[in-house]
This record gives sequence, C-alpha cells and structure tokens, in this order.
Amino acid sequence: MSLINIIGTWLAAGLTIAIFSFLYKDNPLYKFAEHIYVGASAAFWVVIFWYSDVNPMLIERLFDPKFPIVEKLILAIPTTFGIMMLCRWFPKIAWLSRWPIAFTVGMAAGLALTATVQGYIVPQIRATLFPAIVITKDPLLSLWRSFMHIFVIFGVFTTILYFYFSREHTGLLKVGSRIGIIFIMVGFGASFGYTIMARISLLIGRIYFLLHSWLGMID
Amino acid sequence: MIEFLGKIDRRVIYLVIGVVVALPLITRSKMPIRVSEEVTKPFVYIDSILPPGSVILISIDYDAASEPELTPMFRAVLTHAFMRGHKVIYMGHWALGLPLAQKDLEEIAHKMGKTYGVDYVNLGYRPGFVTVMLAMGKELRDIYSSDYQGIPIDSIPMMRNIHNYDQIDLIVGFEAGSTGEFWIQYVGARFNKKMFFGTTGVVAPDLYPYYASGQIIGLIGGLKGAAEYETVINLPARGVFGMPAQSFAHVAILIFIIIGNISYILRKRKER
Repeated sequence: MSLINIIGTWLAAGLTIAIFSFLYKDNPLYKFAEHIYVGASAAFWVVIFWYSDVNPMLIERLFDPKFPIVEKLILAIPTTFGIMMLCRWFPKIAWLSRWPIAFTVGMAAGLALTATVQGYIVPQIRATLFPAIVITKDPLLSLWRSFMHIFVIFGVFTTILYFYFSREHTGLLKVGSRIGIIFIMVGFGASFGYTIMARISLLIGRIYFLLHSWLGMID
Repeated sequence: MIEFLGKIDRRVIYLVIGVVVALPLITRSKMPIRVSEEVTKPFVYIDSILPPGSVILISIDYDAASEPELTPMFRAVLTHAFMRGHKVIYMGHWALGLPLAQKDLEEIAHKMGKTYGVDYVNLGYRPGFVTVMLAMGKELRDIYSSDYQGIPIDSIPMMRNIHNYDQIDLIVGFEAGSTGEFWIQYVGARFNKKMFFGTTGVVAPDLYPYYASGQIIGLIGGLKGAAEYETVINLPARGVFGMPAQSFAHVAILIFIIIGNISYILRKRKER
C-alpha cells in the first residue's frame, strides 16, 4: 500500500470513529468530522460543476472558433437565464430570477406530465388489469394464481376506498377503508423493514472497512 | 428484570448491535443464500439473453452514504458483464459517487484484462439528469462530447458507432434515490429500453411496482440482493460475507423490540 493510501485509510478510519462517537453523545470530535464532510462535499460540487458542465459545455464552446456561430447564439439563452438566476442576491433586481425559475418549473412540469402518464400511471393500471380467475393445466397452480390475483384486486380496491373522501366512512365504506388501511400498513411495514436492513448494511460497510482496510483483521 | 431491560440505555443497544455485526465479520461466518426471482432474471439476461459484445450502460446514482450497500452489487454485476464479454458505458447522475465507483471499475477492468476505450468507457458526470437522459435518446454527443478525461468521444473506438439508446442493449442503474424512477419513466417508457436496478434497501420497495408491472426486468435490493447476485455468479464477496452480520443484527433488533413491548405492557399493568 502506498503512503498516500495509508494516510487516506487512517484519515477515513479516524473520521468514521469521530462520527460514531455521536452514538455516545454529541461532542466536538463529531462536529469536526461533520463539518469536514459538509465542506468537502460542497467544494467537490463546485469543482465538478465547473469541470463537467460550465467549462466544457459553455466556456470552451463559446471560445472555440470551430463551434458554429448559431449554436453560440443559442448558448447565450441559458447563459442569460443563469445570470438572471443569480440576480436573487440583489434585492432591487431579484424579480429577474423569476423568469428562469418560471422556465425551469414549466419545462419540468411539462416533461413530468408526459413521463408520469406514459411511464407510471398507464403501465401500473395496465398491470392491475388481469383476470381474477386463472386456469392452467395444474389445478393447484390455477388455485394459487387465482387467489393471488383476487388478493391484489381486493387490495387495490380497498386501498382506493380508503382514499375516497367524498362520503363519510360509515357502513360498508368504513369496512372497506379499514381493510384498505391494513394493506397500506403492510406496505409501510415492508418499507420500514427494508430501511432497517439498509441502515444495518451501512454499519456492516463501515465495520468491514475498519476491520479490513484499517486494522487488517479480516481478508 | 424484564422491566429493567425495557429501560436499558440506548448506548448499550448500540454496543450490542456493533458487537453482533462485528463478530460474524471477524469469524467469517457464512449462511445459505436463496436467490430470488427478481435477481435471477437480470443474471439470466446478462448471462444468456444478451449476445457477447452487447453494450450495457451502467449509471452510478449513489454516493458515499450508500456505498456499503451498492458497491458490492455494482462489482458483482460489472464482473459478470465483463465475464460475458459485454462492453460497458459507465456514467452517473450523482457526482460524488462516480469517482467512488470508478476505483472499483478500474480495479475490476484491470483484473479482467479489459482495455479502456475498447471494452469500457467512462463518460463521467453531467448535471441535469432528466435532460441528460432525454438528450441521450437523440444523440449522446450532445451531452457527452468527451469522456471524463476530456478525450473526444469520436476518438474512443468503442463509442464510434454508439449515438443513442438504439445502440445500447441494457441499462443498469445503481440507485440510492429516485433517479431509478426517472430512468423508468423517461427512458424505459419513451425509448422502450430493457433495464434493471440495484438499489438500497430504502429504495427497493418504491421500485417493486415497476418490477411487478414488467417495466424493469429485475431488482437487486439492498445488501441481500448483492449477496444473491454474488451467489448466482459464484463469486462470494462483501455481500455474501455481510449477510450473517445482517441476519444477527436483525435478530438482535427483534429481541429488543419484543423486550421493549413486554416491558411496556408490564409497566402499564402496574400503573393500573
């Protein structure tokens, strides 16, 4: 391992322990590590934006004599919008920033509208439109698939009932919405279970780093 | 006694979880791993359905905070893709994650004798992920005129005939946020591309409806998913070795939940 790697590993291990120290109680060491993380991330973003966006896609193109003049003029539009966005810093001309914001919101809404309908709503509705009774050569398989299909249809139906607010939830509607909330709770439970798994995985990753890369206790 | 356990200091719980996670890693415990259908399908697609030499676009949409979960599955999928002789386009929508995963890309490529520009290429990062996704459907060069080092795309042999999604056979995203849903909605639906995702545990439930509707061909969820992919390609690594720690930690959490609830019920009874 090179010297720079050794220094990097010790630094990472030290910062990991500093962050973990918060589990005992808040302390200056934790604050120090947290501030380093925030500062380094912010600095990294600035550099990344400059080298992957502003410089290659704007500066280089504007000053490239081979770049077509028409495209240079087109580039002037986002450049102007970008400068107008920065006007937010100056109260007297802050209103100018509303133009690029309006453009961004309008464009994003337009794009999202088609994408949501085409890529989410229609395929999800289509995926729910299946026959309740499935008949295959295997009677047991038919029974199982039919049960699953009816279960999904029932779950969708009762969940939608829960979100039906145009009438008071009494009588049959109350029963349906109560069942619907059970399905919703199962969904939340599954998400929370996955979240716990995710958090433990992160801990495994850090402990693995400390034991493997730093202490060399495991292969 | 059980009432006392209910009032246990949270720091003791942290310590127990830490020990429970560390011990299986130190002892290199192993446990059987059942490979699910949602992990088998992407494996089969890369292994048998795609002919060797196919182009796979890998998008790194995570950063350091999700590295322990997503790097094992990224390494497994990348190794498998290279093993089958596929070409890899590496890019991403999370700027902080790209250099992180690049280390793994270069290590695996070097180990497997792959050449930059011939077998794989690193396009780097461009901001504005929806714009990038949509523009790539028309002409990749509009967004990526050069790779991450500034080398013009047209001078990279592998990229000469790749202009848009028509020349890309599969999209694989490693997702720590909602970028995966944007891939599905903006690229999957519009350009009819085959895709699958490796996700953090937190994100996996959000993507299951897309798997159930057939909009994605597979889903590798969390460290468990990574362990399954490592198992199916027969290259056990961090995912497989992390599973005993994961399971023991889950058991410890369940025990704490049970103790906490019993203690709560007993305390309430006493108060009455």
